[in-house]
Amino acid sequence: MIAIVKYNAGNIGSVTNALNRLGIENKVTDDPEELKAADKVIFPGVGEAGTAMNYLRERGLDQVIKELKQPVLGICLGMQLMCSHSEEGDTECLGIFDTTVKKFPATAGMKVPHMGWNEIGRVKTAISPDKDVIFKNICTLDDINKSSFDDIRLENDVYYVHSFYAVPNQDASAICDYIVPFASILNKDNFYAMQFHPEKSARVGEQLLKNFIAITA
Amino acid sequence: MSLKKRIIPCLDIKDGRTVKGINFVGLRDAGDPVELAKQYAAQGADELCFLDITATIEKRDTLVPLVREIAAVLNIPFTVGGGINDVALAKEIIKAGADKIAINSAAVKRPELISELAAELGSQCVVVAVDTKHSHESGNLADSKNKPDESTPTDFRLRGNKVYVAGGRVETELETISWCQEIERLGAGEILLTSMDHDGTKNGFALELTDTISRKLNIPIIASGGGGTSAHFEELFKDTEASAGLAASIFHFGELPVPELKKQLAATGVAVRIPVNAGI
Repeated sequence: MIAIVKYNAGNIGSVTNALNRLGIENKVTDDPEELKAADKVIFPGVGEAGTAMNYLRERGLDQVIKELKQPVLGICLGMQLMCSHSEEGDTECLGIFDTTVKKFPATAGMKVPHMGWNEIGRVKTAISPDKDVIFKNICTLDDINKSSFDDIRLENDVYYVHSFYAVPNQDASAICDYIVPFASILNKDNFYAMQFHPEKSARVGEQLLKNFIAITA
Repeated sequence: MSLKKRIIPCLDIKDGRTVKGINFVGLRDAGDPVELAKQYAAQGADELCFLDITATIEKRDTLVPLVREIAAVLNIPFTVGGGINDVALAKEIIKAGADKIAINSAAVKRPELISELAAELGSQCVVVAVDTKHSHESGNLADSKNKPDESTPTDFRLRGNKVYVAGGRVETELETISWCQEIERLGAGEILLTSMDHDGTKNGFALELTDTISRKLNIPIIASGGGGTSAHFEELFKDTEASAGLAASIFHFGELPVPELKKQLAATGVAVRIPVNAGI
């Protein structure tokens, strides 16, 4: 059973729809016991960081999410809330990833929000298919065999909609460039996060979701 | 490596069915928006736009369930528009699974609706559709000589473009460029700019107007009206800052299938999403 964290953020239904299309059993819930007992947890979200964090704190869900032991996937706002701090509403976040969330600087000719299809981006470290299961069937064998830093670029386009971004730190599995380099995928222990929307990213997104579902804890 | 230019097929919906004749090979029911949506997603469309042209005032009964059905099958983003005139209905449509809603006449009638929707749903969900047409009585160059003005002759000429409402039937006092700036100021996330002078001609997009607006604004512009060949899309993306191109019949009738258009755009150096299925 995949639990989807229910809170005051949009697009939860999109994640449910995507999992249903893949035939994966799922349940939207804010019950701490159900979240703890789930095989995997997806923490979605479109919305504003401050209001979302207040909502989670009032219900004690902030602690619950931080302490989850099974694989957890944050999407978009969910990813940003898993970082330590967000410039959006000067919000203290969950601190799972030791990095901060900033607003894209206004730049001539560059539209903000970063909205539309862009690539997953540069992969920070060499991919090992055993370890980095999230990239299974996303990169080619050729990619896997490259071993140096920044050599691998996942050109697969995925759908982004965001005005704020997580600054790449050691947890960044992939880095996309738009105005500035930003983390498109973060991973630390059992916590995964994607800035783009796999649930809206056509077949590439479906593969990424399948890869997350296939992670064995 | 960059943000890709989006290709958006637009489907007109009436009473839950697509209206324009649609000619897809192997489609079981060409009038079924859900079937079509799946087909376009599989072809590599980047986004879809559904415009409900049903005449009834009460859209909740037909449109909302349809949006729910589309959302269940579609793995790319989609926009729903047509007669949305209040926050409550917009919220229902987003809740049913649409990624964005588009408003048009309602925004002209009550511009603050844009801000209300942006506050309630987030700017990224709010598309304002602008139907524009050049009104030849004003804004010609001869006039500009009599009116000392800081603007360039191009700006002045383009100022003859007026906003139309009610499906393009009614001209308003609004000047297109300043209305677009107002739309951005009020918090919309995107503008769908349809040139009625070009719509249906298949002679190319309104490049000068699209270019001017897309440079003045920081929100994305979806250009619509006139796209007939891949060369038209190429000039749209090379000569203007438009983020997306929208069209209907050329896609529906198979005149310019989405995969073919994207292949040709990619060959001319336009950044488009070519779905990679390697390994998947």
